[in-house]
Amino acid sequence: MISSIIFIVLLIGSSVFFYLNAKKIRRNILLGKDIYINDNKAARLKTMVLVALGQKKMFNRPIPAILHLFLYVAFVITQIELIEIIYDGITGHHRSFRPALGVFYTFTVSFIEILSVLAFIGTIAFLSRRNLLKVPRLVKSELNGWPKLDANIILIMEFILICFIFMMNGADEVLYSRGQSHAENLGDRTLGLAISSHLGPLIYGGMPDAGLHVIERIGWWGHIIMVFSFLNYLPFSKHLHILLAFPNTYYSNLKPKGQFKNLFEVTDVVKPNFDPSYQPVLDPNATIGFGVKDIKDLTWKNLLDAYSCTECGRCTAACPQNITGKALSPRKIMMDTRDRMEEVGRNMDKNGGTFVDDGKTLLGDYIKHEEIWACNTCNACVQECPVNIDPLTIIMGLRQQLVLEQSSAPNELNGMFSNLENNGAPWQFSPSDRANWINEN
Amino acid sequence: MNSIVVPTMQEKIAKGEVPDILFWVGCSGSFDDRAKKITKAIVRILNHVGANFAVLGIEESCTGDPAKRAGNEFLFQMQAMQNITVLNGYDVKKIVTGCPHCFNTIKNEYPELGGKYEVIHHTQLVQQLIDEGKLKVQGGEFKGKKIVFHDPCYLGRGNDVYEAPRDVISKLDAELVEMKRSRANGLCCGAGGAQMFKESEKGIKEVNNERAEEALSHNPDVIAVGCPFCNTMMTDGVKHFNKEDKTKVLDVAELIASANDL
Repeated sequence: MISSIIFIVLLIGSSVFFYLNAKKIRRNILLGKDIYINDNKAARLKTMVLVALGQKKMFNRPIPAILHLFLYVAFVITQIELIEIIYDGITGHHRSFRPALGVFYTFTVSFIEILSVLAFIGTIAFLSRRNLLKVPRLVKSELNGWPKLDANIILIMEFILICFIFMMNGADEVLYSRGQSHAENLGDRTLGLAISSHLGPLIYGGMPDAGLHVIERIGWWGHIIMVFSFLNYLPFSKHLHILLAFPNTYYSNLKPKGQFKNLFEVTDVVKPNFDPSYQPVLDPNATIGFGVKDIKDLTWKNLLDAYSCTECGRCTAACPQNITGKALSPRKIMMDTRDRMEEVGRNMDKNGGTFVDDGKTLLGDYIKHEEIWACNTCNACVQECPVNIDPLTIIMGLRQQLVLEQSSAPNELNGMFSNLENNGAPWQFSPSDRANWINEN
Repeated sequence: MNSIVVPTMQEKIAKGEVPDILFWVGCSGSFDDRAKKITKAIVRILNHVGANFAVLGIEESCTGDPAKRAGNEFLFQMQAMQNITVLNGYDVKKIVTGCPHCFNTIKNEYPELGGKYEVIHHTQLVQQLIDEGKLKVQGGEFKGKKIVFHDPCYLGRGNDVYEAPRDVISKLDAELVEMKRSRANGLCCGAGGAQMFKESEKGIKEVNNERAEEALSHNPDVIAVGCPFCNTMMTDGVKHFNKEDKTKVLDVAELIASANDL
């Protein structure tokens, strides 16, 4: 009875806490400019199924892809068992579904156990890749401090969670064989779980019933408390990608990657010179700004991108400028965007829901000119991202702000602009010489 | 070498003729000495198959690509609309470009501004000509040679055109070698995003040297490219490693024109 009440309090508490934080994330994402992205739903669903559910792009790097798949599949399938755990927790019963489901129950829990072993291997491998093997993309400077700790916390949580599963099932197997389990006795001698029916007797075989009951309960409660903790850790962690990968891939760019958006606020000014019948899109009295200076200038998709980033660094590892030692790192662009967005969000929380100018902006305080101007716009980062994040659009917006609002392009580019404006070519050649090649030898 | 015939749009119209296709030469192809050779190779192919084409000549102006990628959207749209006015004035339907940047910009970014055309890159045109049997390609001087192809970002990743240049090269009876970073994983030459027009930021290496080093690790006779800017960058990279005597940097159009003695 007491345990049911504690369980229900924990369940409701963690759900409410998660809901409140998820709401904040939604609020932060909607700080971005509104854009319509919901055309071609079939293609969007297909992208989501292939890229998020099917992890298609992960398999460009097979080893981390397989390790990741272990964790991912284990995570998804474990949710089935969670239904029983929640039911048991509320009612105070134990393994409530076993009598009715029979063989199917044994199969499902066994399957989860096998996946948990694979996930256990995956977790250890991932911890080693980060901390022992020091895979280059996982130890870059932008990960120093919290991001590195965050990654390790998640992996250690997963490690502990799996340990709890085997404590719970292992001790229960031994108890069941002695007829002492709280699970309903169906007259068989074992729960028949693929791993625990062997591992349990091996580890706990010599322990007295009382001790086994304690271990089983520590495993059970430990497991569910880790699940609740994990859920509530998500909004504060890069691990949010497990949820946001789905909407983020659904709202992927479906156009050719080379196609950059035309700014309609510019078209409004330019096009009437060429086409007097042109109807401006914007209200002529509205104040307009060009490009991206801070969070509000980005679109909600850019901000969803930032929250979906799990800092794997495939983008940065593929970036020609980063490879050659420049300051630009597409991953840092996404991390900076998220950090600034969270800062703006906290500012709003503190000031009753309105943002009070803090004298800072994404451009300059987080992302430096040196990073912005290094970009080759080659789309390697966009291509690489396993959840279809687009750092390039943000970089382009920042460039537009620097050129159109702050007139602070590098000098050579200003030279290129004036050549283009005067000669119709980026170099200082006369437009009247443009066809000279025809008659040259 | 035969002399080339390059009618301008104005000349065609004056004669009452309507060209099937407009050859968009681009700034590099018009002004850069190295790139002009690529332009002429494309023209030789067009002349060889008797294509009914024209160029804009002095009526052509930069597509605005470098301005747009550098953040100057005003300048881009001014250039775009100026070009669209000219192109629409001639009622142009189909365009072949000598540069992946022009290709991408006209194909993807002009339609919304009022310029809707069928746009292909010159490697796609060559592929079509071969497929239609209008162009027969022999290996010629490239037979048995080792060729490594460098994907231009705005042709490959930008527009998913990976096969056309490879199909064309494969007709040369040469050994086509793939770099580790190729197709969708290709590494930029370092020119895109208006980097061509500025010094690079502080780092440990130039991007073009990184890419040229990768290409040269295969010890190729030819590094094939499909973009005049890649050509410049890769040529500089090959020179950086003092390999210009062994390895030539050539456009796919040049490979075809040379192999066929055009």
